Amino acid sequence: MPERDPNIRKKDFEQVNCGYTQSEMLKEAKRCLQCQKPLCIHGCPVGINIPEFVRYLSNNNPKQAVIVLKQKNNLPAVCSRVCPQENQCEKFCILAKKNESVSIGNLERYAADTTARDDLNDVIINKKDIKIAIVGSGPAGLACGGDLLKMGYNVTVYESLHNAGGVLRYGIPKFRLPKDVLDLELYNLKKLGIKIILNTFIGRTKTIKELFDEGYGAIFIATGAGLPIFPKISGENLNHIYSANEFLVRVNLMHSFDFPNYDTPIYKARNVVVIGGGNTAMDAARTALRLGAKNVKLVYRKTENEMPARKEERIHAKEEGVEFITSTNPLRFIGNEKRFVKAIECMKTELGEVDNLGRRYLSKIIGSDYIIETDMVILALGLHPNPTLPSLVDGLIVDSHGYIITDDSLMTSLPGIFAGGDIIGGATVIEAMGMGKKAAEGIKKYLKNN
Amino acid sequence: MYKIINTEEIGPKIKSYEIYAPNIAKNAKVGQFVILRINDTGERIPLTIAGTNLEKGLVKIIFQEVGKTTMQLASLSAGECIKDFMGPLGYPTEIKKYGTLVSVAGGVGVAGVVPVIKELKNVGNKIITIVGARCKDLIILKDELRQQSDSIFFATNDGTYGIKGYVTDILKEVINKEKIDIVYAIGPVAMMKSVSEITRSKNIKTIVSLNPIMVDGTGMCGACRVTINDETKFACVDGPEFDASLVNWEELISRLGLFKNLEEIAINKFKHNQGCNCCKK
Ligand SMILES: Cc1cc2nc3c(=O)[nH]c(=O)nc-3n(C[C@H](O)[C@H](O)[C@H](O)COP(=O)(O)OP(=O)(O)OC[C@H]3O[C@@H](n4cnc5c(N)ncnc54)[C@H](O)[C@@H]3O)c2cc1C
Ligand SMILES: Cc1cc2nc3c(=O)[nH]c(=O)nc-3n(C[C@H](O)[C@H](O)[C@H](O)COP(=O)(O)OP(=O)(O)OC[C@H]3O[C@@H](n4cnc5c(N)ncnc54)[C@H](O)[C@@H]3O)c2cc1C
Ligand code: FES
Repeated sequence: MPERDPNIRKKDFEQVNCGYTQSEMLKEAKRCLQCQKPLCIHGCPVGINIPEFVRYLSNNNPKQAVIVLKQKNNLPAVCSRVCPQENQCEKFCILAKKNESVSIGNLERYAADTTARDDLNDVIINKKDIKIAIVGSGPAGLACGGDLLKMGYNVTVYESLHNAGGVLRYGIPKFRLPKDVLDLELYNLKKLGIKIILNTFIGRTKTIKELFDEGYGAIFIATGAGLPIFPKISGENLNHIYSANEFLVRVNLMHSFDFPNYDTPIYKARNVVVIGGGNTAMDAARTALRLGAKNVKLVYRKTENEMPARKEERIHAKEEGVEFITSTNPLRFIGNEKRFVKAIECMKTELGEVDNLGRRYLSKIIGSDYIIETDMVILALGLHPNPTLPSLVDGLIVDSHGYIITDDSLMTSLPGIFAGGDIIGGATVIEAMGMGKKAAEGIKKYLKNN
Repeated sequence: MYKIINTEEIGPKIKSYEIYAPNIAKNAKVGQFVILRINDTGERIPLTIAGTNLEKGLVKIIFQEVGKTTMQLASLSAGECIKDFMGPLGYPTEIKKYGTLVSVAGGVGVAGVVPVIKELKNVGNKIITIVGARCKDLIILKDELRQQSDSIFFATNDGTYGIKGYVTDILKEVINKEKIDIVYAIGPVAMMKSVSEITRSKNIKTIVSLNPIMVDGTGMCGACRVTINDETKFACVDGPEFDASLVNWEELISRLGLFKNLEEIAINKFKHNQGCNCCKK
């Protein structure tokens, strides 16, 4: 896919990938072999009929292509931009063996973008008089809400923040996912009749019991994995050490890059160190560059092969000048006399033996300590499930990590309460969305039988 | 949108507002707070819930003008709206019978103390209140404090009301005279820290309500992290109240100064826009 010049794009928040032109799209779609037994479908967490949508595209019929996509994926414009395709559909493409996998994600994006403003004429038949409440407006909540609407239910989404979208709003930066893509999805859902009520922290502003008392027939909990992990090492609360969540929330949700036109401040550092190797780490590093950092280093404890971030994000980050320091672990943060971070003491690591479960141990190389100077550290060490709501609902069972436990239909230990997305252990947008759809089916069945 | 129903100036640059937010009013308990954002370009700031009116669905906030957002908030009138108003957040104060309780309130911290001692008195505690401020005018809610306290003492820096000195001077005397079961303190960090030093040496359990910088207030960002007993905690969801003897005060003080330079830029821009009519919205 055509991309903007790294030296230009790293100075702004505009989209990095430009999208296919029609002729580029046609050329790519025609490369699909239309396999008799397509393997790509098995790589898709929601089982999109990939050859079929690609075939429509190769006939230059994006409208029909998007209808196929939307049978399984409510948010193709979003997923085409953020799915780790190289580990999913594209990995199973027969052409991947020759390293020439069809660019399924890029084709999906073309289909979604060119039809974005078309009226899809989703008509809701069979309107029912049953209300359903959704807690959290991330991809899981929106997908579940969308499907329930189309089944005829009356759907209300409650969101604690002042804007809807979950991680799609506050986490993923707009150079990867422009916010008008998200706004359009929300607009379409609203047109179908979804109600989104902001500034409502379920558990505190309104309890689950109050929702049932107000007559909701079922509740879907999709509160995400909001709790940032800190490394529990010395100096972690020095000034200008941020969680990636805080850094990204300040920039994406609060528009602090435009301070003082927006009131929320952000520190614009020169030498930034990001710790972590996932998508969040890449997003933080690239955002730091766009705020004007001269040097951005990314410190990761294993090698680049082990990084969980999408390949494309890693490549983009490097192209833009993020320096990868791998096999390195922070030991402690060092502050100046005013408690602002000034350096990180690190240690080299190496991948050790493989144990009998196939896991590779990570060992520290003694005596390899060294110092990286910095004036801002961003910690992207992962997220735990947000414990607040589960802890406020009696009888809602969670596992030892805090994930809500569900059955096959995604119903929790409490009848009528379902859960999905990162709060039950999902890790990607497409998984969250798939779980939202599954829960919608589960809710429908539950309501029929009760 | 959340409508400001009435406004009252209760001290110099200190205002009390009642906001129409029936869901919050219904579920709020003492010790909890709200996060508000005035408009689309605004910052999210936390303020303690200073009271509720269940019948009318109102939530009371009391705030001091210290920076851009609180100044802008103070410039609004009854009938105008705030864009976002979310809560109640944090754990409520534990209300139970301790015996004799000393409440220490500094500055605008009085706003948080009044509802707490009211509840604590209701369950049978003896309440001794110590109030501190820079000068007489800055002592707010005097009548309410008197009403909820079995005895009350005042300290001002300049001696214009009560003793000339600090709340800690009075606290030391009170502790020497009487057996105190628990101390509850809200106010400037320096005050809470000094209170904590005194009560720690006497082994008196002390609860403080911490006020670090916050963003979301729902446990999602860690901006509000404080070190309690050498462990990182999020004040918005694990607090805001903590055992004072376990708080890392130096860290809290330094973290509150994180954005000092930028806050000044915001204030100056706001004042400038207020001054000239062309850019006043
Ligand atoms: C920076 C970053 C980059 C990422 N990049 C990618 C990527 O490139 N590709 C990919 O597939 N995945 C990516 N992920 C992961 C992906 O975003 C998540 O897996 C997905 O968003 C989970 O969706 P969800 O609906 O479960 O929760 P979320 O998106 O987290 O949404 C949960 C929502 O619930 C709200 N909420 C929480 N508690 C309450 C409550 N009590 N009451 C009301 N509302 C509440 C929250 O405010 C939030 O808006 C990324 C994650 C991050 C943080
Ligand atoms: C749980 C809690 C309850 C509070 N209750 C009250 C109250 O009842 N009445 C009251 O007057 N104040 C209260 N505060 C403090 C209040 O939030 C700050 O005064 C306010 O945010 C200042 O914003 P500003 O833009 O006017 O000032 P700024 O110029 O931005 O800052 C002035 C000072 O306020 C602090 N501050 C700045 N931004 C924030 C933020 N987002 N969150 C917290 N502190 C910040 C900083 O230490 C800063 O130096 C409370 C704080 C917390 C955490
Ligand atoms: S304010 Fe963000 S976690 Fe507490």
